[in-house]
Amino acid sequence: MADPTNIPELKDRIEIPKLVEGATSHYKCHPAKEKHLTPLGFPGSRPDDWHDIAITRLGELLKESKSLKVFMDICVKCGACTDKCHYYLGTKDPKNMPVARQDLLRKVYRKYYTLSGKIFGKLAGAEALTEDVLKDWYTYFYQCSECRRCSVFCPYGIDTAEVTMAAREIMHSIGIGQKYTLEIIDKVETTGNNLGIPEGALVGTLEVLEEEIEEETGVKVKIPLDQKGSDILLITPSADVFSEPHIFSLMGYAKVFHQAGVSWTLSSYASEFANFGLFIGGQEHLQKVAQRIADIAREFKVKRIIVGECGHAWRVGYSYWNTLIGPFDFLDPDYKTPTHICEYTNGLIEQGAIKLDKEANDEYVVTMHDSCNVARASRMGDKPGGQFDIPRALIDASCNHHVEMDPNTTKEKTFCCGGGGGLLSEEIIDLRVQGAMPRATSLKQVMDSHGVNFMAMICAICKAQFSTVLPYYDIPRDIVGGIHQLVSNAIQLGTNKV
Amino acid sequence: MGALEVSGMTIPTDEDGFMEDTDQWSQEVAEFIAKVEGIDMTDAHWEVVNFLREYYTEYKIAPMIRILTKAIGKKLGKDKGNTKYLYQLYPGGPAKQACKIAGLPKPTGCV
Repeated sequence: MADPTNIPELKDRIEIPKLVEGATSHYKCHPAKEKHLTPLGFPGSRPDDWHDIAITRLGELLKESKSLKVFMDICVKCGACTDKCHYYLGTKDPKNMPVARQDLLRKVYRKYYTLSGKIFGKLAGAEALTEDVLKDWYTYFYQCSECRRCSVFCPYGIDTAEVTMAAREIMHSIGIGQKYTLEIIDKVETTGNNLGIPEGALVGTLEVLEEEIEEETGVKVKIPLDQKGSDILLITPSADVFSEPHIFSLMGYAKVFHQAGVSWTLSSYASEFANFGLFIGGQEHLQKVAQRIADIAREFKVKRIIVGECGHAWRVGYSYWNTLIGPFDFLDPDYKTPTHICEYTNGLIEQGAIKLDKEANDEYVVTMHDSCNVARASRMGDKPGGQFDIPRALIDASCNHHVEMDPNTTKEKTFCCGGGGGLLSEEIIDLRVQGAMPRATSLKQVMDSHGVNFMAMICAICKAQFSTVLPYYDIPRDIVGGIHQLVSNAIQLGTNKV
Repeated sequence: MGALEVSGMTIPTDEDGFMEDTDQWSQEVAEFIAKVEGIDMTDAHWEVVNFLREYYTEYKIAPMIRILTKAIGKKLGKDKGNTKYLYQLYPGGPAKQACKIAGLPKPTGCV
């Protein structure tokens, strides 16, 4: 893997950088090739009349999405968003200021779809869609992780992620896409998971994890696969059966189910919770990726669906599933669909159905990294703020030492890990490292002040991204872990009955 | 997208230098890729690569990291059956760098 060439120095606090024009204009994601584009129904290469197609598609999107139209019209250039983006803070490139990034699309919108733009052109902030503008689109709309931190600070609530998604969607209509995301969408649609793990490998992998738990605890804990008629279908990101620290959370879920004494199963057909359809705009693939889950839940006749630690997929599950793949009238109406594993575990703790030994995590001083899509695009549990409070309740139930990072960098103001929105690919490692600067800064603060040595999170992308980039800031890789990794360490097996 | 030239053979790779066709792999190719990656292949490095290839041949996918660490622990001693040791061997990561040298496709997803 290529090492980053430009690693920011961590300061005592997150500083607003002086602008460096074009600082990241050369950071480019690998473009998708024909073999990635055509299976998803996109043109395999750029057509001659790409300009007209793109403008037409923009017009269609403006009609389909009133919010996009409002976002195009309503920005007053107040500047509130400018210093809120982790990529701007880390890269110094002015086009990574959310308003500037949006304007790459907005100026084209003005040129073709507003009277003032048509008449006054540049004076009205309008610009034609040229080759250069398109180049900027590809560069900078793939330097947005759709994390929506800027939107929290926008007085009009402009959702930059929606603008980015629209721009990506327009590019797809003219055969321009990013290899990383499109390759993964095709893989999950054909194999059932982002990694392309076949059933045979999945079976063997789960057996190894079962052995692992037994070696560690002396208790036989099953991780069932394809058990029709189970009460619970667990859908979790496939990274949970592949990478560290992800697997430790999966072992945690298994222990929780074991101790609750419930019947549950994973599915080899729907072996992925992640849904990269969210990142590319449009509903078609978002729906197609999610559909496998509803289909298998119906076939297995489960009562409920519980989902594992995955940030953007929780947004998809919580906010979109019902319209995408619902109604869930075939599931038991007593349960929420989907239920997050954190709310499930927390419920068991509140009922006294599972017991945790906090001392098991005494070697750790834990802090919580809120993942953007959980924090800003969903909720959890029955109360406002549950998406913040429930994971923290699990930390407090599992650990004696928990400290918070700077409140300007947590909960709804959390910083993206720097690898979300389809940007977890190798070739933009510089962008990923720089984008992680704000989080690394606030983490380093609590490492220095409180000896934090574990940053807990509930997102597979965050886990993979931080494990890769934090070492470049001299922060050890193993500081990264899942909430259910802590639960897994602390849960007492076989000591109580439900 | 590119290609490696090893002993007169042209070996197509993807943009990140992963081989397009795993059947073209040979020890010589592995040595070549390792050199580009700045890795000096020792016996321990070969254990990882050989295990990755064996596993891939059977399952058509790279193994979960835990399966790899366990296998290495068995071959080289328990103290070496962990992720830290694998990162010592392959600083670019066992899933990415070791797979590349073993001629496996690049793992995709949130990894």
